[in-house]
Amino acid sequence: MDYRYDHILIRYGELSLKGKNRSNFIKQLYDNVRHALHGFPTLEFEKQHDRMYIYLHDEDCDAVSDVLAGVFGISSFSPAVKVEPEIETIVQTCFQMMKTQKPGTFKVAARRSDKQFPYISDQINRMVAGKILKNTDWKVDVHHPDVKIVVEVHQEAAYIMTERRQGAGGYPVGVGGKAMVCLSGGIDSPVAAYLMMKRGVRIECVHFAAPPYTSENAKEKVLTLARMISGYQGDILVHVVPFTDLQLAIYQHADESYAITLMRRMMMRIAQGLAEKRNCQVIATGESIGQVASQTLQSMQTINAVTTMPIIRPLVCMDKVEIIDLARAIGTYDTSILPYEDCCTIFDPKNPATKPKIERCEKYEARWDWQSMVQTCIDECEDIRVQVQEEETNLF
Amino acid sequence: MIYFDNSSTTSVRPEVLHVYEQVLETVCGNPDSLHQAGRKARTLMEESRKNIARLLGVKPSEIIFTGCASESNTMAIIGYALANINRGRHILVSNAEHPSVRHAAEALAELDFDVEFLPINDQGIVTPECVRQHMKTDTILVSCMHVNNEMGAINPIGEIADVVHTHPTCVFHADCVQSFSKIDVPFDRLDMATISAHKIHGLKGSGLLMKKQKLKMVPIIQGGQQENGLRGGTSNAPANIALAKTIRLALEEQKETYRKIEQINQYLRRELAKIPGAMINSPADALPYILNIGFDQMTSEVLLNALDAKGICVSAKSTCSSHSANESEVLKAMGKSKKASTHMIRLSFGKDNTMDEAVQFIKTVKEILNAYGLSL
Repeated sequence: MDYRYDHILIRYGELSLKGKNRSNFIKQLYDNVRHALHGFPTLEFEKQHDRMYIYLHDEDCDAVSDVLAGVFGISSFSPAVKVEPEIETIVQTCFQMMKTQKPGTFKVAARRSDKQFPYISDQINRMVAGKILKNTDWKVDVHHPDVKIVVEVHQEAAYIMTERRQGAGGYPVGVGGKAMVCLSGGIDSPVAAYLMMKRGVRIECVHFAAPPYTSENAKEKVLTLARMISGYQGDILVHVVPFTDLQLAIYQHADESYAITLMRRMMMRIAQGLAEKRNCQVIATGESIGQVASQTLQSMQTINAVTTMPIIRPLVCMDKVEIIDLARAIGTYDTSILPYEDCCTIFDPKNPATKPKIERCEKYEARWDWQSMVQTCIDECEDIRVQVQEEETNLF
Repeated sequence: MIYFDNSSTTSVRPEVLHVYEQVLETVCGNPDSLHQAGRKARTLMEESRKNIARLLGVKPSEIIFTGCASESNTMAIIGYALANINRGRHILVSNAEHPSVRHAAEALAELDFDVEFLPINDQGIVTPECVRQHMKTDTILVSCMHVNNEMGAINPIGEIADVVHTHPTCVFHADCVQSFSKIDVPFDRLDMATISAHKIHGLKGSGLLMKKQKLKMVPIIQGGQQENGLRGGTSNAPANIALAKTIRLALEEQKETYRKIEQINQYLRRELAKIPGAMINSPADALPYILNIGFDQMTSEVLLNALDAKGICVSAKSTCSSHSANESEVLKAMGKSKKASTHMIRLSFGKDNTMDEAVQFIKTVKEILNAYGLSL
């Protein structure tokens, strides 16, 4: 008899520790898993208090696994064969699974949640291992087995697994509120967005465009990046802020060395306005201490002073190489390094202030009515929803 | 939309598209097949080759259909050099060539060929005298484009060919992509010449190399008897068939279109001269189809973005290298300032452009300079 995996068993991540919120977490994960797998129409899903099961039916186990590996809130998962919870069937199925493979070393690890089952875990281990040892060339190695046969006996069914794949960890996206992420198009901000989602936070993005100083290509690049990470939460709403007039005003009214600081203060005000409008609790950025002039602690303090909304900086203490490694791992790096100007690089003062003072910023800002310009930026955003799958055309 | 980027590519003529569709639908055979479907495709393709040869004043066997001008250029440089290594290893290429010529020459340098780049002068051209000075006894190949794609500067390729031919073992290739059907190309004096279909309102993915019969060449794409054994791969019969009509119509309209474009060009030069900060980089006697300009107040990319937002398509530099470092090699070679180089845009015109569009362009440029022409 040949066997084929008919199920995937999903083990919950950290969320199994979360007392009262547990049912919310499981429900969110259940929704996210279903959404991520909507391309596989015959799958069936079942959630229980400690595991989630996917009935594969006609779908390809590997393809489904690849998608699952990117869903936050899963600690690990295993393709499984589901059988009747009877000892003879369990032993026989394990034997059949092993018989067809090239022999090596193995170990059996049984556990039963159904304490009414007439055999304790250790007895199941011995019966399964005995059958395999007697009838094949497989050897037991309890410390470093080539194959670990996991048997889980529940009241209504037993599951047999031999592989375990690492999940993406974190919390299911959506259980942790919502953040407005500043997405520049560089290397850092997509990584910051990814890390926010990994902690279960749903995100929307804000991008500052300064046409004609920034190009349509730069905007497309940001949308591409957003699309690349949108799979973690389904889709992402990107707010493209028309920033040119405000940026030009900064240059007319302030000393060049303060331009970047003032620009970022304006950006935070706009981000806060958008966050409030879209019911986000926090702003998130890809800043990292000391990376550029506007990311010194003094700059952060001066920029942060314009808002009382928390600004979360997931990368704040990471080295550039660590950030680049993560960007590569999530697949955004190659797009991030495409050479299009963003609004920071075009207005690039020769000597930006690395220790800008709040009072001096306020002195410059008193010179013109930036409030109405900030409001215009918030009101006249272009909102673009991106998702992994693009619209179909009949051209191809 | 105003499309001033015809040196990058052009719209396809409805007549050409019609031929292409008709052939695609009715002629399914591979021209190399022996059956009737193959024979029909072959007959039509050879008919097209004959027509093109007649229009160019060369023999049908001297027309090689290719997939694009870059392929034709690569074939001419690498294919010729490799086949004639016994005659010498010295190759001369102008330093303002399209990347497909330049990179092909650089690839030969890797293979121990002696490659030298001919400097263009401040008018953007290579002089026959310059070629004469650089020729050596073992020079086997000289390549120089007819019209420079960034400036519109016209190289005296007939005279250059004469200089090259004072050496009996040396041949001359000219990339005529930007000149063909705009000004007369002296095919009788050239040994090899490159033409692209999509720059003259033909199909994308279609080009040709004119190569005089006596020249030896090794194929770059191996694999078959197609194109006299010089280019493997199943012939793109529908595109090759449509190329004859593309060329005929372009040549028929050459004089009339030239006059129209000349007027547009002259108008723009006059009006631009009145705008403070405007620079005209194209030489005065350049091909009127290409006008390279710039403004002190604005970098290439910003101006391109601003024009794009107003529905005007221009190019910031030759499209094929628009993703590389932000400076024009050609302007640099012409001895212009770095600023001219980083602030230039290229307008290139085609048969469908009108004087109204030129007027609209000037108006829009003035608006843009007013709104964003701050020196930041």
